[in-house]
Amino acid sequence: MTCRLVLPAALRDCAGGRRELEASGTTVREVLDDLALHLPVLERRLRDESGRLRQHVLIFVDGVGVRGSAELDTPVGVDAEIFVAPAVSGG
Amino acid sequence: MIGTRKGLVIARSRDDRRSWAVDDIRFVNLDVYSVAVDARRDPVRLFAGAGSGHWGPLLAHSDDLGKTWVEPESAPIAFPSGTDAALVRVWQVQPAPANQPDVVYAGVEPHALFRSDDGGVNFSLVEGLWNHPHRPKWTPGNGGACLHTVLVHPTDPQRLWVAMSAAGVYRSDDGGSSWAPANRGIQAYWNPEDQRFPEFGQCVHRLGMHPERPQRLYAQNHFGVYRTDDGGDNWQTIETDLPSTFGFPIVVHPQRPETVFAFPLQADGERMPPQARCRVYRSQDAGASWHPLSSGLPQDPYYGAVLRDAMCADSGDPAGIYFGTRLGEVYATRDEGESWNLVVNHVPDVLSIRAALLA
Repeated sequence: MTCRLVLPAALRDCAGGRRELEASGTTVREVLDDLALHLPVLERRLRDESGRLRQHVLIFVDGVGVRGSAELDTPVGVDAEIFVAPAVSGG
Repeated sequence: MIGTRKGLVIARSRDDRRSWAVDDIRFVNLDVYSVAVDARRDPVRLFAGAGSGHWGPLLAHSDDLGKTWVEPESAPIAFPSGTDAALVRVWQVQPAPANQPDVVYAGVEPHALFRSDDGGVNFSLVEGLWNHPHRPKWTPGNGGACLHTVLVHPTDPQRLWVAMSAAGVYRSDDGGSSWAPANRGIQAYWNPEDQRFPEFGQCVHRLGMHPERPQRLYAQNHFGVYRTDDGGDNWQTIETDLPSTFGFPIVVHPQRPETVFAFPLQADGERMPPQARCRVYRSQDAGASWHPLSSGLPQDPYYGAVLRDAMCADSGDPAGIYFGTRLGEVYATRDEGESWNLVVNHVPDVLSIRAALLA
């Protein structure tokens, strides 16, 4: 299942300069697993090596916030938009 | 190489360190806690350990003197599954001596040592230290649970030392398989009076060693300046003439093992130079006596500090000594500290610094 990942400016260098890219998965976790295969440096910006979402990374699926690692199994629908943002708390 | 709170700055001199040209800042807005120059390699390899409060840590290297940087697709430093740990920060990148040409060590947060056998592209956890029975009792210092100093014996690759805040100094004599604390004589002043010399738990800020005399180490602690002449079995204070025993860096002269430099601060609760005077202290007798050096340094009241990895020496003769401040200045001397010159000013606060003379 293909979705659209929208990146903040700080991460575009990790995606070849792109603001948006396509990724696959039926949950947020699967989308990040797909990123780990194709753009591993970008994936490391979002999750640490233990698989946890970084503390100050925000992810929204079609505008609804995913609250940390506990909600990585949030479903991702066909053509969903996954929006990534830095939390104000992180810097 | 100047690692700052908001990026990496490289200053280059083509006239024997008299004047400097400064590159544009790289790794913008990332804190660069560790920098390293691996001059064993041809071409020379530079390292930058950087991080972001949002996007986590990274380790990158450059084989063209900083023009381009590579961050490997496979994370160079990562805790293996089963440890339930994740890399927070790369505090130290330390190429081993020339007799181990592909070995690079990295000290990280949380307290751990990693080793690379391929020149710093892929690192593995040194499990002997990670599995040390003391580790659950190690506590973080104010800067975090950092392994900030790695020293490797110049001729015996089996012997190495690490320093951690606030766990103390540990030594291995079998290449990292096993480790023993090496803190005898170093005080943990905050403990009750009858417990001030524990086996471990000291807050060491930095170690220094001269490769011609590897049994002698110097330590700047969270209050306390020390020397050992037996590889860390026993430590003695070397504080005569120092205006304060608090500070972060300690650097040994690259040609003279008896000469050492420090930058004292008033106290942990007053992290600025004593009497607000910007002065490097130098000992030329292995710490038996110390003398202030201030020619060329700011003469006005001064409130900057120098962090643990923000002072270094180059490989030149005469040697260059460098330090960067939290006020964003870098000073250098090429006459043993008798006079200092500004390398760069108004960069972000300096976290780490390395200098090398390249042909």
